[in-house]
Amino acid sequence: MKIIALAGNPNVGKSTVFNSLTGLHQHTGNWPGKTVSNASGTFRYNKEDYKIYDLPGTYSLISHSEEEEVARDFICFDKYDLCIVVCDAVCLERNLNLVLQTLEITNKVIVCVNLMDEANKKKIKIDLNKLSSILGVPVVGTSARNKNGVNNLLEKLKSTDFNNINIKYSDEIEEKILFLSNYIKEKVKDLNPRWVAINLINYNSSLYKKITEYIGINLLEDDFIQNQLLECQNFNLVDMLVTKAEDIARQVVSYDDKNYKNKDLKIDKITTSKIFGIPLMIVMLMVIFWLTIKGANYPSSLLFNFFNFLEDYILKFLTLLNLPSFLIELLVSGVYKVLTWVVAVMLPPMAIFFPLFTLLEDLGYLPRIAFNLDKMFKKCKACGKQALTMCMGFGCNAVGVSGARIIDSPRERLIAVLTNVFVPCNGRFPTMITIITIFFVGINGSSLYSVVLLTGVILLGFILTFIVSYILSKTILKGVPSSFTLELPPYRRPQICKVIIRSIFDRTLFVLGRAVVVAIPAGLIIWLLANLTVNDISLLNHIATFLDPLGKLLGLDGVILIAFILGFPANEIVIPIMLMAYMATGNLVEYESLESLKNILIANGWTIKTAICVLIFSLCHYPCSTTCLTIKKETGSFKWTLLAIIIPTLIGIILCFLINHISNFI
Amino acid sequence: MYLSDMNVGDKAIVKKVDASENIKRRLLDIGLINGTQVECVLKSPFNDPMAYLIRGAIIAIRKNDCNKIEVEII
Repeated sequence: MKIIALAGNPNVGKSTVFNSLTGLHQHTGNWPGKTVSNASGTFRYNKEDYKIYDLPGTYSLISHSEEEEVARDFICFDKYDLCIVVCDAVCLERNLNLVLQTLEITNKVIVCVNLMDEANKKKIKIDLNKLSSILGVPVVGTSARNKNGVNNLLEKLKSTDFNNINIKYSDEIEEKILFLSNYIKEKVKDLNPRWVAINLINYNSSLYKKITEYIGINLLEDDFIQNQLLECQNFNLVDMLVTKAEDIARQVVSYDDKNYKNKDLKIDKITTSKIFGIPLMIVMLMVIFWLTIKGANYPSSLLFNFFNFLEDYILKFLTLLNLPSFLIELLVSGVYKVLTWVVAVMLPPMAIFFPLFTLLEDLGYLPRIAFNLDKMFKKCKACGKQALTMCMGFGCNAVGVSGARIIDSPRERLIAVLTNVFVPCNGRFPTMITIITIFFVGINGSSLYSVVLLTGVILLGFILTFIVSYILSKTILKGVPSSFTLELPPYRRPQICKVIIRSIFDRTLFVLGRAVVVAIPAGLIIWLLANLTVNDISLLNHIATFLDPLGKLLGLDGVILIAFILGFPANEIVIPIMLMAYMATGNLVEYESLESLKNILIANGWTIKTAICVLIFSLCHYPCSTTCLTIKKETGSFKWTLLAIIIPTLIGIILCFLINHISNFI
Repeated sequence: MYLSDMNVGDKAIVKKVDASENIKRRLLDIGLINGTQVECVLKSPFNDPMAYLIRGAIIAIRKNDCNKIEVEII
């Protein structure tokens, strides 16, 4: 089996190329940093098996952030038969930099100039043949998202057309490189001695450390090498590579329309303007929420009715099987009810929210959010890219946490990880929407009003993010904001059908599946707790009574606390558990709709204040188990994981306590 | 004059990058070295960061970092 590495700058469509080669569906987005770890897939072409690794996007092999390091280590030290470097046709010059760096390591490179359709639209012409002859390796033009040119790329996999032309530096430098590489040839194992020599001259501590680890010898301890290097101090190889790329681009790229950027810039002038920039962002968020809430209502009640209708039949069926009534109760009142609740409440909003958000993502709007908000993050001594990780958090906090790898500085990355939970994930949206709808707007009330409230809650989450980031930067994560550059990619027209299909299958069903898996045992546990009795009182009652004083202190009650605690595996199940618990404690009400849910809650002493406190507590709900595991994995530390749980929980407790007590005075 | 002093619409050539190794490398990634032509294209709502057209890509850079890049308007 042949191994292929798929490398390239961020946001050039690597994952799209990967998907079209393997037929897999790795999600792609129009912003840098979508792929954070190596994804691999296999395919067969022309009787040959291939295994291909989709590496995180990187601008250069002299890496900075952790995700770039993954790509660098793979390209520099792993074994592969072929490296496909994907380039952006619209911005070839900068992309060539990575091509040139890769060519210093291996000549088994295929250059895939992707996004040719975009370039065509912008009247940018690229002479691929000329590029191929200059670089000495095969060059293919593709528009992977329309599958154009992918066959050509497959054809080239068999190519043997790799001419060993090194990118030449000046004679003086070449002489030194040759001299050094001859000297170290025996010492560098299977690394390319020329490449090692170049990296000795062009010293980079992190890469050098890796080289030393790999070959097991510290070359710099060699006096001869030391002396040679003294003579090389003025060689600026990296600058030369950039100039080389510029030179090549000048030869192969021609622009028929010099002002091709203007259309994008016109849009950007609005999306990042002083007056409209921030309001537009909030309006867009609100439109998404409005569509989600408005659109989810009807299918949700439809699902409720359907599941209720089904319940009778299931009951009949189970009775026919002559199962003990205890077991029937457990399965129907315990498992089935919680399960169907999760599906009915979660599926519709997710099926609407995910595609809408994916559209925004594909369009390329998200980096503009980071651009608009960077100053605030800077004030908190954090990184503007944290805005991107927050956007990811809307989908799933675990994704937001691992996405924080796009941030270079470990300090700023930790801040992003620890605060991500203040962005309510998709598991918490339905909870919030349900509570807002039934308590603040009324079941038949205007959905615009719910949107305003929901946006308010989200903005509160943002404010908490800023405050916590600031406090962290002033205390345990002291430091100054580091530098960063953020690319604002061209807007791309999203492929609407693909987005819908992809986000429903890849995200919606995935998240729903996870919730369902958790809902079953949770339903079981809660039913058992409600039905096993000690001293004639159910265990659930015992626990609820025990937690009640604490709950009451926070404007909540014991049952709500139980629900939040049991919601640890998945935030989605908080409301169904609450409901189960309430119904099991005596106030048995049939629920078919939000109306009946409202009745159940009010019958159990809920007021507007309870609803507000639940909203706040839900916003500050400690990360779910998946997110906690991800935090542990990303930070490698139990301490940080614990802190990621303590910070939001503590803030939630304080806020709820304050709300509860202040409202008593009003 | 520094990169941070540029107004939207200004074009300039980079004269000197006087920054720490880390920033330098980031700038190198996006192809910003001595002699590179840059154009200031966007200001964010709070004036910082600003975005520049560099080698065909639009890149946002914070003021602190722009202060370390000397340019000459053309």
